Amino acid sequence: MPSSEEVFEKVQAALMDALGVDDDEVTPEATMVGDLGAESIDFLDIVFKLEKAFGINIPREELFPDDILTNSSYVKDGTVTADGISELKARLPWADLSKFEKNPRVQNFGNLLTVNDLCRYVESKL
Amino acid sequence: MRWFWIDRFEEFVVGKQATALKNVTYSEEPIDDYLPGRPHYPHSLIIEGMAQTGGILIAQMQDFHPKVVLAKIGKAEFNSIVVPGDQLRMTAKLMSLQSDGAIIEGHVTVNHQPLAEMELAFGILDDSFGDTSFFLPGGFFRILRSLRLFEVARHEDGSPIQIPDYMLEAVRQEAAQ
Repeated sequence: MPSSEEVFEKVQAALMDALGVDDDEVTPEATMVGDLGAESIDFLDIVFKLEKAFGINIPREELFPDDILTNSSYVKDGTVTADGISELKARLPWADLSKFEKNPRVQNFGNLLTVNDLCRYVESKL
Repeated sequence: MRWFWIDRFEEFVVGKQATALKNVTYSEEPIDDYLPGRPHYPHSLIIEGMAQTGGILIAQMQDFHPKVVLAKIGKAEFNSIVVPGDQLRMTAKLMSLQSDGAIIEGHVTVNHQPLAEMELAFGILDDSFGDTSFFLPGGFFRILRSLRLFEVARHEDGSPIQIPDYMLEAVRQEAAQ
C-alpha cells in the first residue's frame, strides 16, 4: 500500500499530464476546476490516468454524483436539500463538503473537488 | 474538399482497435499550402485521420448512432515529416470508454516505420447538443462502405459485423424515390 506522499505524487503527475499545469500549482488545497482549470473532458482524461497509475477502476458515479444533483428529491430550487447533503456525504465520504454546505447550490458543486479530495478518494480504493 | 483523412480500414476489431491506411499524394491541396517550398503532409491532418479512425471505432459500438467528437489532444508526438508517396498506417486502440466520452491511444507508422504516438479524448454528445445526426444514414453507409469498413470489421470472436438495419433501410428508401 503506497504512502499518502506516494499517492499525492502520482495524483500530481496525472494532473500535470492531463491539465498541462506545473507541479507547484498542484497543491493539496487546489480545486480542480477553479485553480487548475479542469474542464469536463479533462475529467475523463484524469480518471483514465489515475486508473492506469494506480491499477484501479473508477466508476463515474463515484466521483460525479450527477444522479443526486439532478434528483428532485434532493434538490429544491437549485439548492441541495439536507437529505441531499446526507446522500452526498454517504456517496463521497472522502470529500470535504464543509464549504459546499454553507451555500449548497448545485452550480457550486462543480468547483468542490480538490486535489486532496482526489488523493483521499484514490486511497479509499487501494 | 472532402474531409476524409483516411483511405480505408485495414483492420477493425469491435471495441478494441482499428487500423486505417492513408496514402499521401502530391495532388492534395494541403501538401503545397501548408509550408510553401517544402511540400509535406501536415501533422494536424494525421491527428485528424487518427480521430476519424478512433471516432468510428467508438461510434460503431452503438451501431454508429452516437455523435462522437474529438475533444482533446492529450499527446501527439511526431518524429518525422510525411511527404508525397508515403503510406501511413494509423492504429487507434480504445483505452477507456464512459457514457460521455472515450480515450484512444494512437500509433502511426510511415512506410512501416514508427512516426507518431498520440492520446486523444473524445466527447460522446448527448441530446442536449441537439438531436440531429451528423450524417444522413444512407450517406454515412456509403462513406463507411467506401472505407471498406464492412469488409474488414470483426468482433473479437472473428465474426463479421452486421450493417445496421437503419442504414440499409435508408438506402432502400433512397432507391425507391
